[in-house]
Amino acid sequence: MTLNEVIHILDGELLCCDEKMSMEITDVCASDLMSDVLAFGTAGSLLITGLTNAQSVNTADVADIVAIAYVRGKRPADDVVRLAKERGLPVLVCALSLYEACGKMYEHGLAAGSEIREPQ
Amino acid sequence: MSDEGQIMLRETFTVAGGDFSHAGRVSTTIKSMLKQIGFPSAVIRRTAIATYEAEMNVVVYADRADVTFEVTPKTIRVTLADQGQGIADLELAMQEGFSTATDEIREMGFGAGMGLPNIKRNADELEINSEVGVGTTVKITINAGE
Ligand SMILES: Nc1ncnc2c1ncn2[C@@H]1O[C@H](COP(=O)(O)OP(=O)(O)OP(=O)(O)O)[C@@H](O)[C@H]1O
Ligand SMILES: [Mg+2]
Repeated sequence: MTLNEVIHILDGELLCCDEKMSMEITDVCASDLMSDVLAFGTAGSLLITGLTNAQSVNTADVADIVAIAYVRGKRPADDVVRLAKERGLPVLVCALSLYEACGKMYEHGLAAGSEIREPQ
Repeated sequence: MSDEGQIMLRETFTVAGGDFSHAGRVSTTIKSMLKQIGFPSAVIRRTAIATYEAEMNVVVYADRADVTFEVTPKTIRVTLADQGQGIADLELAMQEGFSTATDEIREMGFGAGMGLPNIKRNADELEINSEVGVGTTVKITINAGE
């Protein structure tokens, strides 16, 4: 689905990079732990997270995450949005919980954008 | 690996310990430089992730670091030489889940003890030397041909 559809389904608000509305999103990776996103997130995924600091943008950048959806109504600070804009990374905010946002994406057929690991 | 003579690009950077507002600047700069050269995206991603994990470790655990970034036709090398507390038990630090991070660091989304193992996973070669009370040097080598 397109980023535009993601925004619609999550009832979200896009904070930057409007020109990327038609970008295709196929996979989702969700975590508040950037360590995990760096270790298990796959390139090309949408990141759903409740962590709104600058490191969420840096993590997305280095891990080739293509967009970020911030949940629980949390808004990143202006300098974080500026950083995302600089990197050409669309970021959106929505009121849903991490669980609900993931559920909606799953329901609409998006795949898991993270490596599977057996419990140790 | 003796293509040392053909260095295409060499840059140095510094990382300041505790400077969370600029953390990630070196890795993301290196990433865009590699993109401009035109390396395969998987190679760039591995380099960027490994460098970022090492950069975050300097910001969180060390006082400062000099970073050297060298590109030859066959390899990408990033060396982070820090001054700081050093790592007492490197074998333990390399284990997944081992972390001495504070709650403050965890609230920022880090401190899962995944960084060093993740650097190892993404690098083709990893050399770490550390001396307690002096500092740590992390040398990351990525083969440029995929
Ligand atoms: N440059 C460094 N200087 C001093 N100690 C370090 C350095 N890098 C790592 N360490 C030590 O090794 C431990 C493990 O590092 P590692 O990067 O694997 O995990 P972490 O930084 O604690 O968590 P994460 O990387 O998942 O955010 C750290 O908690 C710290 O005690
Ligand atoms: Mg770390």
